[in-house]
Amino acid sequence: MGAILALDGVSKSYGALRVIDGLSLAVEEGETLGILGPNGAGKTTLFNLVSGDVRADAGQIRFGGHEISHEPPHRRCRLGIGRAYQVPQPFGAMTVFENLIVAASFGSQKREKETYDSAVQVLGETGLLSKANRLAGTLTLLDRKRLELARALATGPRLLLLDEIAGGLTEHEAMELVEEIRRIQRTGVTMLWIEHVVHALLAAAGRLLVLDAGRKIAEGAPVAVMGDPLVQRVYMGLAA
Amino acid sequence: MTAAFTVSRATRASRIGGAVAAVLVLWLSTFPWWADPGWMREFEEMSCYLIFALMWNLLAGYGGMVSIGQQAFVGLGGYALLVLGNHLHVNPFLAVPLAMVATLALAVPVSFIAFRLQGGYFAIGTWVIAEVFRISIANISTVGGGSGTSLTALRGISRSTREAATFWLCLAGATAAVAAVYGFLRSREGLALLALRDSETAAESQGVDVTRTKRAVYLIAAAGAGLAGALYFLGNLRISPDAAFTVNWSAFAIFIVVVGGVGTLEGTLVGVALFYLLNKLFSDYGTWYLVGLGLLAVVVTLKFPAGLWGFVSRRFDLHFFPVHRRLIPPERDRACAT
Ligand SMILES: Nc1ncnc2c1ncn2[C@@H]1O[C@H](COP(=O)(O)OP(=O)(O)OP(=O)(O)O)[C@@H](O)[C@H]1O
Ligand SMILES: [Mg+2]
Repeated sequence: MGAILALDGVSKSYGALRVIDGLSLAVEEGETLGILGPNGAGKTTLFNLVSGDVRADAGQIRFGGHEISHEPPHRRCRLGIGRAYQVPQPFGAMTVFENLIVAASFGSQKREKETYDSAVQVLGETGLLSKANRLAGTLTLLDRKRLELARALATGPRLLLLDEIAGGLTEHEAMELVEEIRRIQRTGVTMLWIEHVVHALLAAAGRLLVLDAGRKIAEGAPVAVMGDPLVQRVYMGLAA
Repeated sequence: MTAAFTVSRATRASRIGGAVAAVLVLWLSTFPWWADPGWMREFEEMSCYLIFALMWNLLAGYGGMVSIGQQAFVGLGGYALLVLGNHLHVNPFLAVPLAMVATLALAVPVSFIAFRLQGGYFAIGTWVIAEVFRISIANISTVGGGSGTSLTALRGISRSTREAATFWLCLAGATAAVAAVYGFLRSREGLALLALRDSETAAESQGVDVTRTKRAVYLIAAAGAGLAGALYFLGNLRISPDAAFTVNWSAFAIFIVVVGGVGTLEGTLVGVALFYLLNKLFSDYGTWYLVGLGLLAVVVTLKFPAGLWGFVSRRFDLHFFPVHRRLIPPERDRACAT
């Protein structure tokens, strides 16, 4: 199996602040890579660079063998990169169902009618079916987070970028989410999952990456990474 | 199991509304045989405002591109009609759709300039572009220069033919504009437009080509404004740069759309009806009339932020032009419908 996503020496600064600092990374097809790091470590920025919301100052990003650094976000989505935002960005004036139709229709370039069945299916999987006709702007934060995941799934991704989708969930809900992630894993979708709820992440991730100040400070098997003294120092008090 | 779900696009009001609209258009189309020419003129003028306001609503209300320079395309449409009719000797009625196409073609390069600007700069920039067109045309003597000229192409056409044809063109134009905007909003592209209004970032990351969608909307709105301009000056028989490129077009459109209800088709229709009434009752008061319109817009915005129609439609859950898709669950578990 080859790397579906490969970053090579990628950097991004905001003014004098280096948010991503010469980061290289290879993600294998089908794996779930958990990403940890303190606030402001550059995790969301890493996703912005992969999804194309932000352009890298330097370095290369390859997806499925293609250099994508210069592709706009919509094209990256159509290539198979689906994204759930940390701060949910629902299309508030549209219904939940319509949110998914946008994703399914534009993300995988289908005619509208061809998306209905898959949209219903994703709504069922993410527990949003009973709210299908609600305006997305009226959803609770929890449901907005579900909608983020649902919409990303509806684009028919090969790679999913999940940014703190478990924040604020109860223990029971977090475990349901883990079940959902495992189900997605079985469909062969590759995932990058940023999460502060470490036990949820550990329950699903095959490998961990720890970022601090835009650099990789640890990477590898979850047990080894969590046992790493440097990680423990950075994560003191956060690890569950 | 999923196959049992169906998607509904209509409401009861929309079925009734569609039938009423069809009857209304049919009835209006009989005007030239019996109606007072004065009424017909009023209707023609209001159809031009309706078309223009519908396009402004599409652009600003739905697309979030607040332009105060769409009169650029009204003027271009009017002058395209003049050039086609007076100079190229095209039948003046046939020249109306052609003027619309010409406006569309001119809007393509303009869009590249306008799209370099954002937010407030876009609003002001579009106005500046309209002014540039006004001043440029005022300096072209073959189209009448600063004082304008008459549509001589209409000479030799009998008065009754001219009046009837102009009326029917306005009716057809207004009907087509409503249908086109409604069709667009209900389409897949319309979905993209609604999505990017809420979040451009999220729309892009769901595969929507935001720039392309916005440009398409801008061009449709320009073509519509060009049609309004061609129709307006066909009925007016005379065109001048000051009348063609006046910012009043944008001011009236904003009034109509904001008072009626931004981002709804019904709102624009309600707004035009109100604008017509006010115009009929108070336009003799000149500047005070305009001040009154402005004040009314402010009061309505404060009292009914969603506009008059927005208030009514929320209160009674009434949608004559529904754009939403409702997911209808299978009979056996209707309970999950909300
Ligand atoms: N658009 C921007 N302009 C300026 N600075 C930015 C911008 N986006 C992010 N930053 C800065 O970059 C740093 C990394 O931000 P980022 O959002 O990637 O962190 P994060 O690891 O996702 O943090 P969190 O866990 O809080 O979500 C922060 O210091 C942030 O303030
Ligand atoms: Mg973040």
